[in-house]
Amino acid sequence: MSIASNGLLENRMKYKLVLDHITKTFGALKANDEVSLHARKGSVHAILGENGAGKSTLMNVLYGLYRPDKGCIVLNGREVRIENPGIALDLGIGMVHQNFMLVGRFTAIENTILGTKIKGIHLSLREPRKRLLELSDSFGFEIDLDQPVWKLPVGMQQRVEILKLLYHNVDILILDEPTSVLTPNETQQFFDVILKLKATGKTILLITHKLGEVMTVSDYVTVMRDGRVITEMATSEATTQALARLMIGRDVLFDVTPEQATHGENVLEVKGLCAVNDRGLPALDNVSFEVKAGEILGIAGVDGNGQTELAETIVGLRSLSAGKILVDQVDYTHVSVSERRHRARIGYVPEDRQRRGLALDHTVAQNMMLSSYNKPPFARRGMLHLKEIRHQAEILVRRYDVRLHDVGQPVRELSGGNQQKLIIARELRENLKILIAAQPTKGLDVGAIEFVQNTIVEQRAKGTAVVYISTELEHLLAVCDYISVIFRGHLTPKMSLGETTSEKIGLLMSGGG
Amino acid sequence: MSETFSNLNMVVDFLSTGLRLSVPLVFAALAGMLCERSGIFNIALEGMILGGAFGAAVATFFSGTPVGGIFGGMLCGIIAGAILAYLCISLCVNQIVVGITINLLAVGFTAFLSRIIFEGQGSTLDLPGFKAMAIPLLYSIPIVGVVLFRQDVLTYLMYILVGILFIVIFKTKWGLSVRAVGENPAAADTAGISVTGVRYLSVLTGGALASLGGCYLVLTQVNLFSEHMSAGKGFIALAAIALGRWNPIGVFLACLLFGMFDALQLRLQFSNPNVPYQFFAMLPYVAAILALVGIIGKVTPPGATGIPYKRGMSREQAIF
Repeated sequence: MSIASNGLLENRMKYKLVLDHITKTFGALKANDEVSLHARKGSVHAILGENGAGKSTLMNVLYGLYRPDKGCIVLNGREVRIENPGIALDLGIGMVHQNFMLVGRFTAIENTILGTKIKGIHLSLREPRKRLLELSDSFGFEIDLDQPVWKLPVGMQQRVEILKLLYHNVDILILDEPTSVLTPNETQQFFDVILKLKATGKTILLITHKLGEVMTVSDYVTVMRDGRVITEMATSEATTQALARLMIGRDVLFDVTPEQATHGENVLEVKGLCAVNDRGLPALDNVSFEVKAGEILGIAGVDGNGQTELAETIVGLRSLSAGKILVDQVDYTHVSVSERRHRARIGYVPEDRQRRGLALDHTVAQNMMLSSYNKPPFARRGMLHLKEIRHQAEILVRRYDVRLHDVGQPVRELSGGNQQKLIIARELRENLKILIAAQPTKGLDVGAIEFVQNTIVEQRAKGTAVVYISTELEHLLAVCDYISVIFRGHLTPKMSLGETTSEKIGLLMSGGG
Repeated sequence: MSETFSNLNMVVDFLSTGLRLSVPLVFAALAGMLCERSGIFNIALEGMILGGAFGAAVATFFSGTPVGGIFGGMLCGIIAGAILAYLCISLCVNQIVVGITINLLAVGFTAFLSRIIFEGQGSTLDLPGFKAMAIPLLYSIPIVGVVLFRQDVLTYLMYILVGILFIVIFKTKWGLSVRAVGENPAAADTAGISVTGVRYLSVLTGGALASLGGCYLVLTQVNLFSEHMSAGKGFIALAAIALGRWNPIGVFLACLLFGMFDALQLRLQFSNPNVPYQFFAMLPYVAAILALVGIIGKVTPPGATGIPYKRGMSREQAIF
């Protein structure tokens, strides 16, 4: 399979960075199996693969967080040993992690000088500030250096991360799924930044599972699957379809073609909803919408504009300060979570599947019955019916094709995609009237996204009213009947797909339009 | 009551008592604050004070000088810190459990050893201690001068430590590392800071600092060691850390407040002999509870306090 490695290995000097036959195992799992990669100076090298393909492991090896079992790293023609992130930084290798490594309460300056070897013990910010301003200006970053970074928008935080690396004179930048948190506009700006970095001679390793990104900005691409390199090639020689096939190992349908469902009555009506976030600040401002039976309403928006609060308010996990929630004209505004689940038949796929969706250390079977553990057939006269629980779990696991060894296995051991399948299986077990799906495709690979999208379309066919909240506009456009955009707690009226374009939605997502 | 406070001497006396009662709290609270800033929740302060008191008593007993006592006290504090550090940082054991264990261990161990060393008595005889020394000039400031600057060496050391910790935490690179490790250890690790190293050093320093509280009890306040003489001070210190918002100066002021309440309750005990003294003895603790209720929702501790850090381990996994 590793066609690329032999041919390209001849001349190490030709490359800025060579990863040579890296192998890393975790227990029985070979996360990286003889993985090789060759990156040229001043190029953008994409590493494409689904979740669990071994991209992150490889980068953690390069960044000194893991030590490889076999193989070596060659930098500028010389073999190097990278035992911790400090050494990686000294060698000029820096990484922007998917979830940013920033100290929220620190300013951009403080975050930047963290861990730098300035002489003396006194913390002087004058010099760093000057250099940061220069760097920031030369790349057109426009960052407020004195704000605590948690107050900055996500796109800005990402720039702080990049700035941090530039300040450390890094010449290889590893970017781990950098666009997963950005709006379409921010993404475009981010690509510009990448090109500028490339122009100054930096080498960029772009870890991604998004094919479009690879085609747009990368010069070379290494495709990984199941811990192995499938191919390494110039992006100009690749096509989206070909890359997708290499990445997944089979053909994928990019479009879920939704058969138009017939819409029924208004099932869910939300009127003038207001709520505050965890910090007590207003998160929802007079949000109103309704969803009919057999209709999918997509709610687009950048993370942190009130989506979490909206979903939680509807399912009853957050109290509202004003407004009404009606299900089939019946007022459910001040009703318990359990009532909403069982009487109004609202199903909920929570955004944070590991915290809200699952008890990670409990078994698959226990998680499967979490929402109805106290009802037959799971429990009788206060006693759990363990055999039945196991049996039902096995049925669901088979039906939804959740990959696992045994339903007695802790959920923690499952991959993200399988954990999501588990939640969906549980939520859809009962015949739903309303489904609230909050970021259901977040962090999933193409195969799992396909599954989630299909499930949502199936629910529509069954006459369920679906509220599909996502930051991934493409995913919404593929299945929704209507789309509303949420920005700073305001929700736009719903637009049918015919009357809007993704550009217009993108603009609304960033507060324009 | 009004008669009690009627003259200036009384006021000075009251404030001096309050200050003296706060000194052990300040040492312990500074220690706890440093640990929490680095991400280790140190509820073993109580045990560290007691260990420090015991060490100070034993070392003074054998060396005959209170300076020797300070070294003995700090040694015990550092040992307690080392146990806490090894279990919480290297082995990632639950920090609350370890803290409670150390507290219980300190009570039993010091009582046991003191009976052996001091020949069957629960407490030592009179030990040499530090005497108050007035600082020229500063001492002559009315009221404040007398209260603050006619104290012993350990109290002056405390003033200096408050200042030093403030500078270290907010004005040095080391302090920045400590804060980063306590807020987001993964970020600090990524930046090339040794999370383990920073935490160890903070906890060991914390052990030494907290034990000074115990040294003060033995060498300045009562000149003897008695079983469980820390009497809950370590827990009051925990409240003071939160009330002082993890800022050395704030923590110092919070401890002063609790110390003053302690002084007040002593006064009230003497002036109201027919009320059971236990009611007044509760006062500092009631004050601590009320203070904590008052700041609910307004202060946030360092983000990673209480959560062990291991590379490749998500925050979620680490909690359980």
